[in-house]
Amino acid sequence: MPYLFLAPWLLGAIGLTVAPMVVSLYLSFTDYDLFNEPRWVGLDNYAKLFGDDPRYLDSVGVTLTYVGWSVPAKLLLALSVALLLNSLRGKGQAFFRSAFYAPSLLGASVGLALAWRAIFDTWVDTPDTALVTIVLLSAWQFGAPMVIFLAGLQQIPRDLFDAAAVDGAGWWRKLASITLPMLSPVLFFNLVLETIHAFQAFTQAFVVSGGRGGPADSTLFYTLYLYERGFTEFRMGYASAMAWVLLVAIALITAVLFRTSRYWVFYGDER
Amino acid sequence: MRRAATFLLCLAALALVLYPIVWLVSASLTPVEDLVANLRSLFPGRVTTDGYAGALEGAGGESFWTFLGNSTIVASGAVVGNVVSCSLAAYAFARLRFRLSGPLFAFALVTIMLPAHVTLIPQYVVFQRLEMIDTFVPLILPKLLATDAFFVFLMVQFMRGIPRELDEAAKIDGCGPIRNYRYVVLPLSRPALVTTAIFTFIWTWNDFFSQLIYLSSTENYTIPMGLRLFIDQTSSSSYGPMFAMSVLSLVPIGLFFLAFQRFLVAGVATTGLKG
Repeated sequence: MPYLFLAPWLLGAIGLTVAPMVVSLYLSFTDYDLFNEPRWVGLDNYAKLFGDDPRYLDSVGVTLTYVGWSVPAKLLLALSVALLLNSLRGKGQAFFRSAFYAPSLLGASVGLALAWRAIFDTWVDTPDTALVTIVLLSAWQFGAPMVIFLAGLQQIPRDLFDAAAVDGAGWWRKLASITLPMLSPVLFFNLVLETIHAFQAFTQAFVVSGGRGGPADSTLFYTLYLYERGFTEFRMGYASAMAWVLLVAIALITAVLFRTSRYWVFYGDER
Repeated sequence: MRRAATFLLCLAALALVLYPIVWLVSASLTPVEDLVANLRSLFPGRVTTDGYAGALEGAGGESFWTFLGNSTIVASGAVVGNVVSCSLAAYAFARLRFRLSGPLFAFALVTIMLPAHVTLIPQYVVFQRLEMIDTFVPLILPKLLATDAFFVFLMVQFMRGIPRELDEAAKIDGCGPIRNYRYVVLPLSRPALVTTAIFTFIWTWNDFFSQLIYLSSTENYTIPMGLRLFIDQTSSSSYGPMFAMSVLSLVPIGLFFLAFQRFLVAGVATTGLKG
C-alpha cells in the first residue's frame, strides 16, 4: 500500500535521477554526439578537461571567483539587514521584511537580468567588471537568507542579552559573544545552501553576457560552458564529464564546510 | 530617537534595493530616443506606451499572447504535478509505516542537493528518442514524478505535525489510507500545499535553463524564451519592447507576491526555501 503513494516519486527517482546519473557517468567516458553511438574513450574527456582545455580552466576560475565573492557578499548583506530589522518591531518589521524579500523572487528572472544589463551597460562591456555586475545581481537577492537570519535572531532568548547588559556589555560585545554564536547554525545553513546554488548559477550569466560568457570569456560560468559544449556543439560525453566534475566538486566543498563547522558552529548545549 | 534613525536607514536601504525595479518600469515607459540619450534617468520627461504596444506584438514572429499562454500551461502543469505527486509521496513518508521508509526518505533528501546537470544529458537523450523535444512534456513530466524532492520534504515536515489520533479515528470509521489521505490529511495540509503551489509557480515562471534546452520553435516559446530573443539584439531600437515585455513578465510574480507575501516569507523562514 505505501508503494502506491510512493509510485510517482519512485518512478521519478529511478527513471529521472538514478538511471540518468549512471548513464551520464558512462557517457563521460565516451565520445557522444547524440546521433552516432557512444564511443568508449576511457579517461580522455577528463584528461582533456584538465590538461588541454584552457577555456574550461577559465570557466572554473570564473565560477570560483563568483562563488567566493557572491556568497560572502550576499550573506553579509543578509545578516546586516536582518540585524537592522530585528531592532524594529511589529508592522514596520513585517513591511520591510517583505519588501527586502521581493528581489529574491524577481532577480532570478530573465526580465530583471535584462534590466541589470542595461543599468550596468558600460561595466558589462568591460572584461574586468562584467563579472562584478553578476556578483552584484546575486547579492541584490539577499532577501531569502535575510528572512532566515531574522527568524534565527528571534529565537535567541532575550534574557541572554539582559544578563550581558547587566555585566556591562556593549552592542559589539553582545554581537560577538551572543548573537553570532547563537546564530551560527543558521549562518552555516545559509552558507551551505548559497554555496551549492552559486556553483550552479546560469540564467543571470547567460543574459548579462548575451549567452556567450563574454566579453573575452570573463563571465564564462561553469554551467554556461557546459551548456555550450553539450547543447550547442552536442559534445555530450564531454559535457557529462563536466557535470560529474561539478557534482564531485560540490560534494567535496560541502563536506569541507561540514568538517569546519565543528569549530565554529555552536549547537546549544548538546555538543 | 534610535528607532527613528533605524527606520530612516531601512527606508534608505529600501530605496537602493528597489531602484532597479523602478528603473525598469520607468525605462519601459520612456521613448527610445530619450533612453539612448540618457539611459540612467529615472523619471522620463515624456511618457510613451509604444514599448508596450511593441511588446504585445511579441518577437520572432509570435505575439506576446503566445508566450504568455505557453508560460501559463507550463507553470500550471508544474503546479498541479508538484502538488499531487509530492503530497502522495509525503503522505507515505509521514504517515505510513514500511520497511524502506528511512533509507528512501534519506535518498529523497540527498537528491535535493544534487546539481541537475548530472541527470540532464541522459534525460535529454531519452526525450529526444521519444521525439518530445520542443514539447512541454520534458518540462512538466518531471514535476508529475515528484523530482522536486524539496517539496516532499516540506510536506513531510508539515504532515508529521498532524495528530496521529485522526488516523486512528478515520480507521475506526472505516477509512483506508486512500480516503484518509484524501479526506483527512490533505485538507489539513493546506498551508503546505499552498506554499508548494506558489513557489512552484514562481520558480517555473522564472525558469530559463530547462526551457532553453527543451524548447526550440518560437511558437512554443515561453515568456523567458521570448525575452531571450532580445538578448542577441544590441540595437537600441528594441529597448522599448524589451523593457516593456520584461515588466509584463514580472507582473504575475508581483501579483503573487502581493497576494501571498505572508505565505512566502513564512515558508522561507520556517523551511529555508531558497526563494
